[in-house]
Amino acid sequence: MSILELQDVHVSYGNIEAVKGISLTVDEGEIVTLIGGNGAGKTTTLKTISGVRRAAPGTIVFDEERIDHMPSHEIVKRGVCQAPEGRRIFPRMSVRENLDMGAYSQKGTPPTEDYERVFTLFPVLRDRLSQAGGTLSGGEQQMLAIGRALMARPRLLLLDEPSMGLAPMFVEKIFSIIREINEQGTTILLVEQNAQMALQTASRGYVIESGEIVLEDRAAKLLTDERVKKAYLGEA
Amino acid sequence: MPDCLTTQLPLRLVGGLTSGSIYALIALGYTLVYGVLQLINFAHSEVFMGGSLAGLLALEALTHHGAQTNAIFLFVALIPGMLAGGVVAIALERFAYRPLRRRGAARLSYLISAIGASLLLSNIVLLWRGRNFENFPATVAPVPILTLGNVQIYNRQIIIVVAMLIMTAGLDIFVRTSRAGKGIRAVAQDPETAGMMGVDINRVITVTFLLGGLLAGAAGVLYGMFFGVTRFDVGFIPGIKAFTAAVLGGIGNIRGALVGGLTLGVVENVGAGCCGNQWKDVIAFLVLVGVLMFRPTGLFGEGVGAKA
Ligand SMILES: Nc1ncnc2c1ncn2[C@@H]1O[C@H](COP(=O)(O)OP(=O)(O)OP(=O)(O)O)[C@@H](O)[C@H]1O
Ligand SMILES: [Mg+2]
Repeated sequence: MSILELQDVHVSYGNIEAVKGISLTVDEGEIVTLIGGNGAGKTTTLKTISGVRRAAPGTIVFDEERIDHMPSHEIVKRGVCQAPEGRRIFPRMSVRENLDMGAYSQKGTPPTEDYERVFTLFPVLRDRLSQAGGTLSGGEQQMLAIGRALMARPRLLLLDEPSMGLAPMFVEKIFSIIREINEQGTTILLVEQNAQMALQTASRGYVIESGEIVLEDRAAKLLTDERVKKAYLGEA
Repeated sequence: MPDCLTTQLPLRLVGGLTSGSIYALIALGYTLVYGVLQLINFAHSEVFMGGSLAGLLALEALTHHGAQTNAIFLFVALIPGMLAGGVVAIALERFAYRPLRRRGAARLSYLISAIGASLLLSNIVLLWRGRNFENFPATVAPVPILTLGNVQIYNRQIIIVVAMLIMTAGLDIFVRTSRAGKGIRAVAQDPETAGMMGVDINRVITVTFLLGGLLAGAAGVLYGMFFGVTRFDVGFIPGIKAFTAAVLGGIGNIRGALVGGLTLGVVENVGAGCCGNQWKDVIAFLVLVGVLMFRPTGLFGEGVGAKA
């Protein structure tokens, strides 16, 4: 059963088309990765799923309901939340307030177990609750961005380059946390430039180039694909 | 030392804090809207006028039925005044700005739309109520209740300053702690991400205009009580001065609006004491020009509205 389905989605900035008719599906419980180089259209795709950009034309169905014309807050309400590219932490809000912003779509104060879930995955955040988001280190901000998205209790979590700018040891850690979140029952669509790690983590993958899907397959297959090896895994 | 800086000074300070409180209440509306939209709502002076007019109408309706006005009536007038301010502010957002936002219009379009809306509203009131000043039914009779050295402080002045402090504190608490307040701050810091977290941006913008409108409406009624008159263009000068106050404090910054309002009130009053009352407005506008030239981010720099 696919929980998310994009069909022939086009997205333009002015008269420049950044996404040129992509189709993809994510099944309930999966980790699916979307890999591609700079400017390929990955972020644009995620923003369009979140309703920040408009598919024109194209359809996006989440849980059997079309969401491509909904404003972003309606989409969050239905269970799609994102840790956006560049973390986008609210700089002059505390860590706690940033987490609360993640729970904005859940009316009322978030239950303790939601905070606890985040602190179990990211223990540092517990010690920094009153620190301003803008003063966290890059790695801490990434943890907060993922934690904030989890506060929305998403059924589908969108992650845009969670490993960007992190030390290699920390990259391993983030990917193991992504797996853990998935095992707790959250479906994940993962955008990455680190194709190696992404394909080792996901069950299926799509390769996007200049706004078009050029390859799609099981992640294990893509890891051994000659074109992927050459273009994204840095192997000859 | 000229006596405006010695014997006259306490009197001027008290007067300055009184008018400064009214500027501060209006300035909060400029600053809130700028915080979330990076837009100067130049029609905000008509929100103040609308509040003052609604207060007047409410009081007239009451006195018309033979009621003897007294201090309680001020509070009776504040409610319709604030509501009218809120309604005018929301209507401005809805009809003058939202259509432009939907189209992603250029900055200049907003300014033109604001000026058009402002002219429309003040001219409707001109046609309806005429061009003469209307007397604001007396609510609080002026009674000196405190003497500091050689100045008497009147009950009305204390009411204005205290009302301003209570409303500003209430606003500050609302913005810091309520869910809608968090939404306002999130939109001010990063609207796109706020949307991705589930904030309904249009709703936050409506609430922001509403808050600014309630405060400006209250200011309109307090102004009517203190100066005793109102008419279609009553918002013009206080509006520009409150804008000056918001810029002086650092636009986008709530506490800046408070400090900017009080500072401007004191500076123009003390200055008027030294140069003559006819110079009061000139002094206020020199402050505006000076701030824009030498410190455009104001005393407190950019606040709620600044991007990281
Ligand atoms: N706001 C914008 N205005 C105009 N063009 C844009 C805008 N955002 C993205 N683009 C263009 O759209 C294309 C796709 O950009 P996008 O950010 O989706 O790429 P990406 O795959 O996420 O790249 P990266 O890996 O570098 O983040 C690029 O050519 C980019 O220049
Ligand atoms: Mg990107």
